[in-house]
Amino acid sequence: MSAELAEHVVDEALRAPRALNGRAPDVFRVGGWVPMREYAADEAVDFVIVGTGAGGGTLACRLAELGFSVVALDAGPFFRPLEDFASDETEQTKLYWLDHRIVDGENPITMGGKNSGKAVGGSTVHFAMVSLRFRPEWFRSRSLLGYGADWPLDWREMWDYYTQAERALSISGPLTYPWGPKRPRYPYRPHELNAAALVLAQGAEAQGYRWTATPLATVSAPRNRSPPCVYRGFCRFGCATNAKQSALTVWIPRAIKAGAEIRDLAMAGRIETDARGRVTGVHYHRAQRWQFQKARNVVVAGYAIETPRLLLASASARFPEGLANRSGLVGRYLMTQSNQAVFGRLQREVRWYKGPPSLTISEHWNYEDRKDFFGGYCWMAQGPLPIEWATIQTSSRGLWGADLRREMLDYNHQVGLKMVGEMLPDERNRVTLADEKDQYGLSVARITYSWGENDKHLIHHALDQMQDSLERAGVTHLFRQEDDTNHLAGTARMGFDAATSVVNADCRSWDIPNLWVCDGSVFPTTGGVNPSLTIQAIALRTADRIKELAARGELS
Amino acid sequence: MSAENRYPGYDVLAKREGLSWNDATRRTIDARLSLPRVPRFFTPAQWLTLQALCERIVPQPQDPDPVPLAAMLDARLLSGRTDGFRRAVLPQQDEAWRRGLAALEAEARTRYGGAFHELRAASQDELLRDLQAGRLSHEAWGGMPGNAFFAHRVLPDITSAFYAHPHAWNEMGFGGPASARGYVRMDFDRRDPWEAVEAAPGQERQALRDNHRVR
Repeated sequence: MSAELAEHVVDEALRAPRALNGRAPDVFRVGGWVPMREYAADEAVDFVIVGTGAGGGTLACRLAELGFSVVALDAGPFFRPLEDFASDETEQTKLYWLDHRIVDGENPITMGGKNSGKAVGGSTVHFAMVSLRFRPEWFRSRSLLGYGADWPLDWREMWDYYTQAERALSISGPLTYPWGPKRPRYPYRPHELNAAALVLAQGAEAQGYRWTATPLATVSAPRNRSPPCVYRGFCRFGCATNAKQSALTVWIPRAIKAGAEIRDLAMAGRIETDARGRVTGVHYHRAQRWQFQKARNVVVAGYAIETPRLLLASASARFPEGLANRSGLVGRYLMTQSNQAVFGRLQREVRWYKGPPSLTISEHWNYEDRKDFFGGYCWMAQGPLPIEWATIQTSSRGLWGADLRREMLDYNHQVGLKMVGEMLPDERNRVTLADEKDQYGLSVARITYSWGENDKHLIHHALDQMQDSLERAGVTHLFRQEDDTNHLAGTARMGFDAATSVVNADCRSWDIPNLWVCDGSVFPTTGGVNPSLTIQAIALRTADRIKELAARGELS
Repeated sequence: MSAENRYPGYDVLAKREGLSWNDATRRTIDARLSLPRVPRFFTPAQWLTLQALCERIVPQPQDPDPVPLAAMLDARLLSGRTDGFRRAVLPQQDEAWRRGLAALEAEARTRYGGAFHELRAASQDELLRDLQAGRLSHEAWGGMPGNAFFAHRVLPDITSAFYAHPHAWNEMGFGGPASARGYVRMDFDRRDPWEAVEAAPGQERQALRDNHRVR
């Protein structure tokens, strides 16, 4: 692609690596730099981490702070939001993983911006900042609730790591959270509610359900170099003010300060193994050539598509089925979350483009077990920007022509509720390697997905409930968005033994002791809330466990 | 703009020099507004079909300065930017568009004996409704399901171009770019002075005056 043809206009970060020559971009200053330690390629670092999002970014920070030598690779660019981010839906698609992938199955998953980031900071650069804890029972969903699989993690231990993550991210949330066991108060006060959020509250109260301000990773007061959120509403297209507490603004600066090296525009292609069956480093493509970084440990943190893709692509004579895959489960049990919605119209002006899009939430059906399907779901207020709103109209209602253009004129009067729903793990939903190659010459991922009967039942229940809620709030002209999904999980599940899982509770692979996976891939079940806070809590725990294992001489 | 003007006089571009636009946004929108309006990806024949198709998907009959949808789509395909995935039933986006436009043209000639772009709007719409419903099966589709092409390429690609344009934001009353000023008034029926005024019936002149003050 030649420069003058590029779709993205503000693209300096996309053209050539920025983190080089002993310095990395300062994300808080236009044109700014911070010093960065660098490691030689033939110097075996303690950890090479592939991916710098919620899993890899968090882990890189904590491992560096605990004194380990860390090199973290990311396929995406190293942005300075203040200079690189436009307020524009199209331009900001540069935050997404848009490399080629194939989707099939009965319910092919829409990829790209819905679930995949490609940037230092990963998907947290474009995530909607919703920062929720799992319901404790979900860590034992097989034993306590009768579906899915148990996690090898104890919820009480996770509760402490959630608290640590919430503090690190300065989560803005309600004084008391209405569901689940007691938790400490959120570090920052909740954000002011916009009109779209108030409609959720009205509907929930009419139904007799509790609701609350959504705990969000965007600050409601100044914090270090982050100014308070100004309610631009472009959150899912990158925060241009740095109010958002993403891996890019929280974990990565801390990691660099603690001595980690971040390599941007560095696409991992293959993990190398030796005759002993240990991993020895990572081959990656950067600055027009393939390079190799030696390492004592490799952590794969590329999220639920790129993680299994890299493990499968690293197959060797000794590991013909790919790395960490003696169980045959790498790439299996892929999960997404149901993300259906109901939308409608109010006489009053709403102007839902203002503020974070999901300022209120009801988790009622995550904590209510009197229902005839497995799993739970929550719903949140919505604020789609024009292109997304048009896409909802065309995909859900098939509108075009004068009908579409007329419908779009009601934009400032629209409101909606959107679910995040638990889909059950199914071995047949999976990631495999296709014959087609990407721009690096690597086999692209084929993503196969079909909803199960329970998934359909849960979605149907949620659509009815959200419609009832909006009707009670006086919303008219209702319609349903019946086909949408969000977030990813599974494909390298953690578990209790090598036959039925890929990694153990410490995110360490059963097959290769110096190979780790630390991202949403390790989820055995996905729960009915957004996954980012749980991924970060797991990464915080993994860092502590690695420190303990190292102290006991059990790291290698 | 269009016949129904809910936000008379509102022009999001009036905010270009104001506190709601940062430099990255200005560069982005400037580039979008200065795209060459000639085909670079499509052939001249495909271009004629595409222009006619765009006019049916997002009609702009009353607009004095219509959004150049075909040029925006052409530029996107030329840039190579994709959705980040392809459905297994569809070819890559370049091939899908080339084949889809050729097949639409073939359908028009078979059914009406004329080029798609020369058909009456009603005939074009009839063909497109059949395409949307999966009722077209000319061999020119080469196994590509027409309804999938319509749902996953035609509709999102053309409407994404239109709703990326300031003209579309004006008619919807969308605040547009908001870096770094953002918004202050969040409640029902509240607007910041830099947001569009919706004209209540009989209040069009007041709305026009207020919208001219939006910066």
